[in-house]
Amino acid sequence: MAYFLGLVLALAGFWLAMSGHTEPLILTLGGVSIVLTAILAYRLDIIDREGAPYVRSFGLLAYYPWLFWEIIKANWVVIKACLKADLDIAPALVKVKTVCGSDLAKVTFANSITLTPGTITVEIEGDKLLVHGLYEQGSQPEAFADMDRRCARAVDGKGAA
Amino acid sequence: MADFLANAHAFWEVARFPAGGFLCLAGALLCLVGTVGVLRFPDVYTRLHAASITDTSGAALLLVGMMFLAPGWLVAAKLVAIGLFLFLTSPTASHALANAAHTAGVQPIIGRVGAGTDETGDA
Repeated sequence: MAYFLGLVLALAGFWLAMSGHTEPLILTLGGVSIVLTAILAYRLDIIDREGAPYVRSFGLLAYYPWLFWEIIKANWVVIKACLKADLDIAPALVKVKTVCGSDLAKVTFANSITLTPGTITVEIEGDKLLVHGLYEQGSQPEAFADMDRRCARAVDGKGAA
Repeated sequence: MADFLANAHAFWEVARFPAGGFLCLAGALLCLVGTVGVLRFPDVYTRLHAASITDTSGAALLLVGMMFLAPGWLVAAKLVAIGLFLFLTSPTASHALANAAHTAGVQPIIGRVGAGTDETGDA
């Protein structure tokens, strides 16, 4: 039920932000489209943790600012690597074991790695991620432990990791 | 107090144009840096790293700059939505590219590149 309410609220907020009209007719049309979308989502059976993660994901609110700071730091490193007069990189392929349990946490972790410049998730198999890094020393499995723990905590709640 | 607020608002109305323009320019420069990286790096995986500069900081700075220039909250909200979708989809696209290269059997260049060694990468 909470996921359903979260979906309806998110849809309503998104609709208002996109249209900005407040005439009764337009609002009614918006309401009808939201109800229709909710019914279709219910029939598709996708109103769950993954389909409508708008409620109970407050952990992500704390996680994203940290991730943004990490992205800014990593950006600086890759920008320097791009502009250095002599190309000086040491690419590496490493296997990272994750503590994330649920699929959503794993996806968040893999996406965070890819979003951070200088590291890309190439493949996920079970709880092991194949990560390609621009610098060998910056992409050892220990370097991702902190992000891994924060991801698991943000998505799966305090109990995980 | 009301006077101060009116002054601050007037200042903001003037200052947001150069500030937004500067941020857009910085974002465009970062996109250029990413392109330079894509051209210089040796193989497909390292090139994806350079492209992710354009994806993250370049796009973010451009969007924030456009938010500064936006005429109202409605446009700013749309830009926030664009940013949100970009931050969710661009890593997925990068991962799809890297995974496709890996599945197709493209071997990444491992170890030190540049400064002495010649660049013998393709793909």
